[in-house]
Amino acid sequence: MTQSLRLQIFRIRSVRSALCLAVGLAVFTGCHKKSAPANPASLGPMATESTPAPTANLTADPLAIDLGQSVVLNWRTTNATSVAIDGIGPVNVNGTQTVSPSNSTNFHLVAKGDGGITEASVRVTVRVPVAPTVPAEAAGAAAEMGSEEAFHQNVADIFFDYDSYTLRPEGDASASKAAAYLVAHPDIRVVIGGYCDDRGSAEYNLALGENRANAAKTALVKAGVGANRIRVVSYGKEKQFCTEETDSCWQQNRRAQFSLDR
Amino acid sequence: MDCSTSKSRQPSRPYPFRILAMVVSLAAAFVLLALPVLHALGQDNIFTGTSTGAAATIRLAVADFKPLAADPQTAALKTTFDTTLYADLASAGIFDIVSKSLMPPGTPGAPSEMQLQSYSNAPASASFVAFGSLGMVGSKLIANGFLFDAKNLQYPQVLAKQYSEDPTEDSARQIAHRFADEIILRLGGGTPGIAESKIYYVKISGGGTPNVTKEIWEMDYDGANQHAITHLGTISLSPRISPDSSRLAFSSLGRNGFQIRMYSLLLGRAVNFPEVGGTNISPAWSPDGREIAYSSSRTDTPEIWISDASGNLARRITSFRGGNVSPTYNPKTGAQIAFVSGRTSVPQIYIMNSDGSAVQQMTDGGYATSPSWSPNGQVIAFAWDRKYGPGAPGGQDIYVMEAATKKWIQLTHDGGRCDFPSWSPDGRHIVYANSADGREAHTRIWTMLADGSQRRPLTGPGADMPNWSWK
Repeated sequence: MTQSLRLQIFRIRSVRSALCLAVGLAVFTGCHKKSAPANPASLGPMATESTPAPTANLTADPLAIDLGQSVVLNWRTTNATSVAIDGIGPVNVNGTQTVSPSNSTNFHLVAKGDGGITEASVRVTVRVPVAPTVPAEAAGAAAEMGSEEAFHQNVADIFFDYDSYTLRPEGDASASKAAAYLVAHPDIRVVIGGYCDDRGSAEYNLALGENRANAAKTALVKAGVGANRIRVVSYGKEKQFCTEETDSCWQQNRRAQFSLDR
Repeated sequence: MDCSTSKSRQPSRPYPFRILAMVVSLAAAFVLLALPVLHALGQDNIFTGTSTGAAATIRLAVADFKPLAADPQTAALKTTFDTTLYADLASAGIFDIVSKSLMPPGTPGAPSEMQLQSYSNAPASASFVAFGSLGMVGSKLIANGFLFDAKNLQYPQVLAKQYSEDPTEDSARQIAHRFADEIILRLGGGTPGIAESKIYYVKISGGGTPNVTKEIWEMDYDGANQHAITHLGTISLSPRISPDSSRLAFSSLGRNGFQIRMYSLLLGRAVNFPEVGGTNISPAWSPDGREIAYSSSRTDTPEIWISDASGNLARRITSFRGGNVSPTYNPKTGAQIAFVSGRTSVPQIYIMNSDGSAVQQMTDGGYATSPSWSPNGQVIAFAWDRKYGPGAPGGQDIYVMEAATKKWIQLTHDGGRCDFPSWSPDGRHIVYANSADGREAHTRIWTMLADGSQRRPLTGPGADMPNWSWK
């Protein structure tokens, strides 16, 4: 696709006298490819000595590329003594240049002449490949993890007796309910943390916490939850939920705790 | 520079009365102390031990060293040196130190200034005298140390040592440790002193809060020079120093639970140790430094596994449900492992051969954990709550048990929760963790003689799980 751009031409002239108004008008009415020389008779003696302002025209072909492709820049100027393009440096007054920008770029040309400075620019759009978007089914899976609230309503922590990792009757019931929820939501993955109260020895309590978490995992697996959906971490007595030395507090610490394994 | 001759670990001492011989470390005085306790308990678990060469305690006079110069720097370093030397010898467990108030006047700095009779006569009544001089010579701190036999007026010199170090507080402490170790080696039946040994432990920050972190720290055997080894920002437990003091194994909490980690003290950084599934905790070095036993639940239940020191070639040793943790090798033979198992519900101490055979239960009830095998291979120290159970008034204390007979004595009493005993290299001391009110944040590290006497804290609150270096 080739498109020739009409580029706005700015003319900057040294203002000496009442000519500034005429020049201003020329700017606003500008955008001529060739600015017509002013009528010498109407401009008076001063104007006849001034050099016409440079003109500049910069085009790119094509205007939009994929990353890695190249573009031909083409520029034409008149009345210019020196021409430079940002990022390329000084160039001939007329010329072409092949470039391969990695990002969308504004190429900006400055033409300087005795009559002033004129600028021209052209934008080259580079289409950078975007990261693949989340497939529809994966987005669905995230939704299938369900909310934290729904998870904790259905998958409740399991509590244990002192120095025991055998599920109590209510623990069995709790595990059955949890398993039903997890079977119904096959995309949920679970991490089971095994915890102990702060009595007893730290190293043995890590083994006990492991056994508690494993007991909860076994109950879920027996109820049909895939073992590969369950991760087990023992915290022993290293992460106390409740720090008071009371029976109720110790009971809260002796548990297998379920969390979404995101 | 230490001009001492090379120290060699003396071969095991003779045991002329094998039936009576029990624990090298439990000298006669210890047993005398222990017997009334056992009688009071009506136990027949009596150690029939006796002195095994270290003899009854030796009366030792430790004179303040004479300053070689009167500059203030020497004075400060001399105070450090004198204090450290005195503490090392007083805590060695084999000396009856002459009280400072009974010492004769004067400060002998050299053999020519020594008036031996003034030390051997009452009230000092010393058998041996340690003395010497300390001061700056050029830019070096020079210490001249002597040990004289006060009863041998003709040839009294037992030991003469010169040390030259940079003049720092740390150097002053280190040369005092080295001189003390020389004296202990000579007078302590040939067992090297422990004044240059280290203790590794867990430093607790924010204990009792959800943001608790535990790092591995190191200190000198007397509690000086406490400093951090790890900066992991998580929970690291169970430091175990390798027999050659080059590597530190421990267990650290990551996303997938606790894993064994290895830290090189020579490189000053963690070195690779493979992560496997499950909870991996409580490493223990074999005495040859080639293998590590630890608890791993990679195949479901926590069992004792053994791998090489790089974590490779792991093999399972136990196979009992209920949790198997805290292995400790018999450091004398490397052929046996003591460990904790919950196979009968509440954890008990067991021993087995290091191939997993010949398992036998050592404790007969209560809640028994944290075994540590004595350097001579004869005694196992452990933590025991003999009246364990919901609402039970029992306290967890440190006990020692003779491996061959299962006879035991209790070392701590009514001091709150005690755990994690670890033997000193000479087998004369045990370091352990104690929390008066049972709270983790209040746990401190204590040391005591192996008969339970001379208990004193080494750290402030927030220090747990001590592990004494092998040398």
